[in-house]
Amino acid sequence: MDNMQQFKGSSEYVVTNELMYAVNIAVALQKPLLIKGEPGTGKTMLSKAISDSLDKELIIWNIKSTTKAQDGLYVYDTVQRLYDSQFGDAVSDIKKYIKLGKLGEAFDSEEQVVLLIDEIDKADLEFPNDLLWELDKMEFYIPETKELIKAKKRPIVIITSNAEKELPDAFLRRCIFHYIEFPNEEKMKEIISVHYADIEEKLLKQAMETFYWIRGLKDIQKKPSTSELLDWLQALVVGGVSVEKIKEEIPFLGVLLKKNQDIDALFEYKEKGYVISAFRR
Amino acid sequence: MFITFFYLLKDKGLNVSINEWLSLIEALNKGLCTSSLVHFYQLCRSILVKSEVDYDKFDLAFAEYFQGVKTPEDIPDQVWSWLDKELEERDPSQAYEMAFKKHGLEELRKMLDERLCEQKEEHHGGNYWIGTGGTSVMGHSGYNPAGIRIGGKSRHKSAVQVAGERKFKDFRQDTTLEIRHFQVAFRKLRQFSSRLEGAKTELNLEETINETCDNAGNLKLVWDRPRQNTVKLLLLFDSDGSMFPYMNLCNRLFQAVNKSNHFKDLKVYYFHNCIYEHLYTDPNCMRGRWIDTEWVFNNLSSDYKVILIGDGTMAPSELMSKGGNSYVGLYNQTPGVEWLKRIRKKYQHTIWLNPIPEYNWEYAYGHFTIEKIKEIFPMFELTIDGLDAGIKKLLVQR
Repeated sequence: MDNMQQFKGSSEYVVTNELMYAVNIAVALQKPLLIKGEPGTGKTMLSKAISDSLDKELIIWNIKSTTKAQDGLYVYDTVQRLYDSQFGDAVSDIKKYIKLGKLGEAFDSEEQVVLLIDEIDKADLEFPNDLLWELDKMEFYIPETKELIKAKKRPIVIITSNAEKELPDAFLRRCIFHYIEFPNEEKMKEIISVHYADIEEKLLKQAMETFYWIRGLKDIQKKPSTSELLDWLQALVVGGVSVEKIKEEIPFLGVLLKKNQDIDALFEYKEKGYVISAFRR
Repeated sequence: MFITFFYLLKDKGLNVSINEWLSLIEALNKGLCTSSLVHFYQLCRSILVKSEVDYDKFDLAFAEYFQGVKTPEDIPDQVWSWLDKELEERDPSQAYEMAFKKHGLEELRKMLDERLCEQKEEHHGGNYWIGTGGTSVMGHSGYNPAGIRIGGKSRHKSAVQVAGERKFKDFRQDTTLEIRHFQVAFRKLRQFSSRLEGAKTELNLEETINETCDNAGNLKLVWDRPRQNTVKLLLLFDSDGSMFPYMNLCNRLFQAVNKSNHFKDLKVYYFHNCIYEHLYTDPNCMRGRWIDTEWVFNNLSSDYKVILIGDGTMAPSELMSKGGNSYVGLYNQTPGVEWLKRIRKKYQHTIWLNPIPEYNWEYAYGHFTIEKIKEIFPMFELTIDGLDAGIKKLLVQR
């Protein structure tokens, strides 16, 4: 393990020991790392951090509801070929019409790359199953050109999921799994200091207290996450809000809460006169 | 043998396969587990557990397996050998090595032994793994050299302690749920078909090629309709009265269904305790604000899937007798049970979700009526697991 490159976090990304360890396990065992966690806990950012830290190229494959497994391997542009043939262009070279997808690119790369398969749960239920062989063996075959695309250097594969759909067992078996917990206050301070090094201590304290109070409320449906806290802090700094007002008025509330119901719920709490500190452990 | 841990995990309901176990062994052989049980814990969890909902089960199993270790000799040799190896190989240039050398492995084991004796007593006091006293003694000074190396003021927790905390208890699937959980479950409720109306937006490659060939090589594109969900859903909520304690839960379920826009059609009605001639159109169950149950039979075709949500507890007469309707002034000619049977007969795919936990069905107030209703509908408890099982039932033929 010592002679291997190890992921140790990066200057812009604060990583827990557990997560760091999980990344290194995945790299050492050459298995995909499946990352789950609340929205805004930095699942997508992780792969950027890994690629920076290990100095490897990052290839991102964004999954949408319409994405098919095949799209990641290669696309055979039959329609273009048909059109070309109609205008008398030479079409005998099929290779011209085969375009590698993101997965194919990662396999084809001369150097080891970091491949991020982002939000795999967005795709169809069968999607992960269609990739089993490719992720296991890191190769696929293009029947049109009778070519075998095989990974020259097995890429480091990071997969993120928001748990919108259950992933199939067979797929899960092949992954290393890590669940990113929501950062506690200590960790959160670390994260904030990475982004805003010179934030005022008092303002930070008030803002954090308010933030964790809101997260702790039972009726909030969409809990504000790290990225929302960061935006909010910036708004507070730019807006020049006085420290005392943060707790009472919660300015720029729209940055933290994105749903009308949540904002209403919060006002209800405030009207009932709950004191924030009463909610703290 | 260490393999017993594998079987303990299986016992706890974790779906661990040989493949994953072999991966774990491979990882250990590669020296990925550095010297502490905490790392060992994290390594096992990363490789063997595939969902945060199973973290708690894993924690329990881990705590149980390593809790049973009374003396150092009981620690599986295999585990020791990994730990030992790493300890010897550790880079001496690192500062904590000095502190560690002071104690040495033998002394460390002795200390562990002593601490474990203390711990045994605390156990007699009734502290099992959730209690902090026992595990922390064991954790800091014994298994985890990390504790030693920063002079006893360890900020790291021992693996057993981490496991004992059961931080992931909230993720367990057999507890009750949030809107999102419901939504995820309802996503599974779908059956695709392309035989519906809608714009033709998908290219049919096969047909395009055929048509183009027929067209003497001039390109002719053929388009198809995309596949759509065909599931139609009828929800019937028990409202009022004995359902009051579960109002929040039902509310979340309702919101989740409402937000799931992938159903072809969704109808929601309410009833009070049992179904009679009328179904209410709002949860207050006000007289007059209703539709005839017959209307439902006549207008909603039998391919609707029906979910009834209710606790199923009522006076036996409300279910079994004529005139059992508990609303004063409403006299039903047909007993409630007959109405329920008619629903079952018309709609092949029907389930009953019960917010009362399954283990209480036999003992709850109203166990008689629950029993009767169970004979008519497949009944599931209203938890993630129950809902999942129920939805599976909805999707298969009877």
